[in-house]
Amino acid sequence: MRLLYFAWLRARIGCAEEELDLPPEVREVAGLLDWLQSRGGRYAEALRDRSVVRVAVNQNYVGLEHPVREGDEVAIFPPVTGG
Amino acid sequence: MIRVQREDFDVGVELERLAAGNQRIGGVASFIGLVRDMGGDDQVSALTLEHYPGMTEKKLGEIEAEAHQCWPLDAVLIIHRYGRLEPGDRIVLVATASPHREAALAACQFLIDWLKTDAPFWKSEETPAGKRWVESRTEDETARERWKLRP
Repeated sequence: MRLLYFAWLRARIGCAEEELDLPPEVREVAGLLDWLQSRGGRYAEALRDRSVVRVAVNQNYVGLEHPVREGDEVAIFPPVTGG
Repeated sequence: MIRVQREDFDVGVELERLAAGNQRIGGVASFIGLVRDMGGDDQVSALTLEHYPGMTEKKLGEIEAEAHQCWPLDAVLIIHRYGRLEPGDRIVLVATASPHREAALAACQFLIDWLKTDAPFWKSEETPAGKRWVESRTEDETARERWKLRP
């Protein structure tokens, strides 16, 4: 699975992109965020406030219950501020 | 047409090109977003726009298709810049062309309202106190939501 981070989430985690072997217990977005947070340190700090965390799977905005699978492109970012 | 680019654009050239060769078009509406020199109460000396390459083009394309479904438009153009910009610089151009003004004006406002909440861009500002990320505004969410109530 390819993980992408943008804006302050990228800055706080200290990484723009990483490859991850999907842990077998992770089935949906909420589980993935929990798993990343369980890594502790920068991940735990950056993902603490879920109200400002948005997720896209394969370039579509999704909710916390959306499934994640091996091979997905999952992007994690704050609410958008373009225009 | 969608363009996501670092470079500036020439508004006159773009608007002329949009309507060129199609004499059915009776009106062109446009919105140009500029970098302000203030963010809240703080002086802003520069803005940096980051985006999600690939998803940005996909979302803008979806928004464009939605506008075509809702209004009789002959042409749509969205240009959004990324990278470091300074106060007064152009950030975004939305332009719509239609036989009549109502469709062009309404679609133009719809597109900029949707773009602000759906296109994956993020702004950070340079202020005297340092660099900070711009927070999303609930007003933008409200502006987009009202289009869902449209009859």
